[in-house]
Amino acid sequence: MTASVFFGCTFIAFGPAIALFLFTIAREPLRVIFLIAGAFFWLVSLLLSSLVWFISVQISNKDSAVQQKGLLIFGVVLSVLLQETFRFAYYKLLKKANEGLLTLSQEETMPISIRQLAYVSGLGFGFMSGAFSVVNILADSVGPGTVGIHGDSQHYFLSSAFMTMAIILLHMFWGVVFFDACEKQRWWAVAAVVVSHLIVSCLTFQNPEYVASLVPTYIILFLMGVWAFYSAGGSLRNLKLCLTCKDKDFLLANHRPR
Amino acid sequence: MDLLSNKWIVNVLICCFFIGVGCNSVEKKIYVHLNYTVPCVRLLNATHQIGCQSSLSGNVGVLHVLESEDNLDWVLSKGPNPPYLVILEAALFTRSIMMKLKNGSNRVAGVAVVAPNTNPTEPFSPYTTCPNENTGVYTEKYDPAYAHCNVTVWNPLGNGLAYEEFDFPIFSLKDDNDTQVIRQCFLDHNQVVNGSAPQYPLCAMQLYSHMSAVTDTATCMRRNDINFSISPEGVCDPLGDSNVWASSRPINTTQKGHKNSENVIIAAARLDSRSFFFDIAPGAQSSVTGFVSLLAAAHALRNATQEAPPNRTILYTFFQGETFDYIGSSRMVYDMENNQFAVDLDNVHSVLEVGQVGLRSDSQLWLHSDPVSRRNSSVNDEVRKLIENLQVASKDLNVTVNQPQASQPLPPSSFQRFLRARPIPGIVIEDHQSVFTNRYYESMYDNAEYLNISYPSNLTADEQLEHITETATALTEVATMVARALYIQAGGEESRLPSITAEARLVTRMLYSLLIKSNNSWFQEIIPSEFMSRLTEKPTNFYVGVANWQSSEPTFLVQYLLANLTGTVVNVTKEDCQHQREDDKDKESHHLYHYMWVQGSVPPNGTQRESFCVRSTVHLSKALSPAFDPLKEYTSTEYSTWTESRWKTIKGRIFLVASHELEVSLRQSG
Repeated sequence: MTASVFFGCTFIAFGPAIALFLFTIAREPLRVIFLIAGAFFWLVSLLLSSLVWFISVQISNKDSAVQQKGLLIFGVVLSVLLQETFRFAYYKLLKKANEGLLTLSQEETMPISIRQLAYVSGLGFGFMSGAFSVVNILADSVGPGTVGIHGDSQHYFLSSAFMTMAIILLHMFWGVVFFDACEKQRWWAVAAVVVSHLIVSCLTFQNPEYVASLVPTYIILFLMGVWAFYSAGGSLRNLKLCLTCKDKDFLLANHRPR
Repeated sequence: MDLLSNKWIVNVLICCFFIGVGCNSVEKKIYVHLNYTVPCVRLLNATHQIGCQSSLSGNVGVLHVLESEDNLDWVLSKGPNPPYLVILEAALFTRSIMMKLKNGSNRVAGVAVVAPNTNPTEPFSPYTTCPNENTGVYTEKYDPAYAHCNVTVWNPLGNGLAYEEFDFPIFSLKDDNDTQVIRQCFLDHNQVVNGSAPQYPLCAMQLYSHMSAVTDTATCMRRNDINFSISPEGVCDPLGDSNVWASSRPINTTQKGHKNSENVIIAAARLDSRSFFFDIAPGAQSSVTGFVSLLAAAHALRNATQEAPPNRTILYTFFQGETFDYIGSSRMVYDMENNQFAVDLDNVHSVLEVGQVGLRSDSQLWLHSDPVSRRNSSVNDEVRKLIENLQVASKDLNVTVNQPQASQPLPPSSFQRFLRARPIPGIVIEDHQSVFTNRYYESMYDNAEYLNISYPSNLTADEQLEHITETATALTEVATMVARALYIQAGGEESRLPSITAEARLVTRMLYSLLIKSNNSWFQEIIPSEFMSRLTEKPTNFYVGVANWQSSEPTFLVQYLLANLTGTVVNVTKEDCQHQREDDKDKESHHLYHYMWVQGSVPPNGTQRESFCVRSTVHLSKALSPAFDPLKEYTSTEYSTWTESRWKTIKGRIFLVASHELEVSLRQSG
């Protein structure tokens, strides 16, 4: 019976991301490759941060709850910093790869722009991050029971799914802003991305006050989305043209008659 | 790109880190696993299946603690959230409630019975009213007047619950902290407030006890033989174990069949018991009192039968599987008829069986005999002689023996299977005149508490082992009487009788070890070291179990007890002892004797146990119904056809369930 919870939470968490993938990335093999590579980089950063956390937990005093909580906060902060570091490393790698790709390809222009790479790598980070956030929760949601027998809130599955959706989309927006800031050497923007990532991760410590953690996260999501939109070259005029299907560049690129 | 293949390797190595501290911490938030789960399992015979069944993925039901029988209509009709999983206190575990639940089984997901810490006041026997009705001696052919308990209903308090078929799981829970969590969960979430239905989320429980076998024994044995896959899975196994027997004088066991000069008195008792739930069978009054008395009698007779051996040999036999249509005794009779046993039925002179003897009122014992075979005058004379010998034996003892009404048939006993083969004179000693006095026959309440075996609270385990209880003293009297009667019946002289007495110290140790705790210093001395791990801290479980290569706990305990009590210690090396010989050149001893290397005790100033070799005439004989081996007649009405189903998991857990509407809306929003 709670297969419904399983499917519901899966679609809530991954729905927007899968939709984005299907409509914008799936047809271009190069984009798919860079998405998966981006996911891999996130994975490596998680590996390193979990290694550090694991060792520190083994060394620590397992009985002291305060110490364990402190260790958890330390782990979260370290993980965020490592993820952003690996995002930067991926940016550097992509810059180098771009030059190599240009020499290899037979066309004169770059097959994929740095802006597309930013979007794709951000989404890759997001997919992997979302998977690791939510897959174990989904696995347990298949059983007949729901959370609550020890007094925890019932809305655990639902709020986890919404949080994961927010994190995936946030990773995508952060990717775009980050790469753009690195291109234009605006280091304050890079710092802002890191700080906002830290804020969102630390907001999860508010759980089980799900309102207190989800609402600010969605506010940050909206703000980052607007920022990413502008840094990717969008404007209100573009938006209007796109929505009414009168944007010439878009139409030309997709060979569709008006 | 190489990165792709690397990625999957790395993937495998990482555990989930992001939110929790372990991979299954979410599961811990949802489920509370039950530690102590005792199910009722499915048993099958030639025509029926009995017991309980759950679905393959466990039965989930909303918890409901039943307050009284009237409260049942909430479960069966009024409650808005079926199916329900009913929690019953022991007092409510009655036939009427269980039958109503069985009939409403589409709204009942399962039942959990809370076993109390002390016995209830009401009698309770899940067995049928007429035990082993079709496989005893009283059939239509033998004498229709006595068939199907026409004359005496032996177990009138029996409600037959253990022989009903339920299609939901029934588990037994102990009355401890886990059960308190369950009751608290019910009170917090499922209580009916002012007649209105309780709100979601509700507390629920899931029980797993899926049984593989269905329909009857023939079907499941046929399915056992299907060999499609590489690893074939069986679905059921026949019940059985081993009988333990010993003789007062060595008999050549390698030579099977009739022995010309042997005249044997069979002194029989049964070993096994059962209850409604699996692997719980304390069997105190129904079997332990009987075989402990016989063991003590065998010990009392050791010196007399060696110094002044009587004419006839006494064969002490302890039958396993008697609860399930006389598995052990039917097998022994079959072996005797087919020359597969050391003696055959022509060698048997008479039978004396010790039944339930623990609850004597006014110190009276009743000597039951079979009226149909006594119509033959020679059989009648022998039976009269046996009764006289018993009366002589009981003089000077705190026991009076009486005979019940002449027209009363034999109670359910292993002797009935011997009578079924041929009319042999015999007596069954019981403590009830007609119907059973045992109020908890074959139930989980037939335990040490029911026999009034209690110890002062300040004793250590070793002191409790040695403390002589009143029950032990009473049983010692019975054992002495049985020993003396056997001696006279075997042709011994009456002058030796006063020297034949059973030891109360021995009886109380046996009662403690079998009914309270088998892992004690005395038992550790008399068993070999490889059996040490099989001694438990709980009362011995007398359920016969499936027939496999390893004997069950009661069988090996009685085997080593009997060896210790009737055998002699011989000065033989460990290697010779384990090879069944006295020394390198001995080829003959293994025909007559059985050698066992046992652990022995730890001397006061040492740490190594002083092991030694015991030579005795104790042997095991297979107790598997002839219907399985060799006959393979799985629909037989002659022999026991009981099998036990196999299963994969037995577990239970409790959790909260959310309402169906919430879940559907979640899916829609996804």
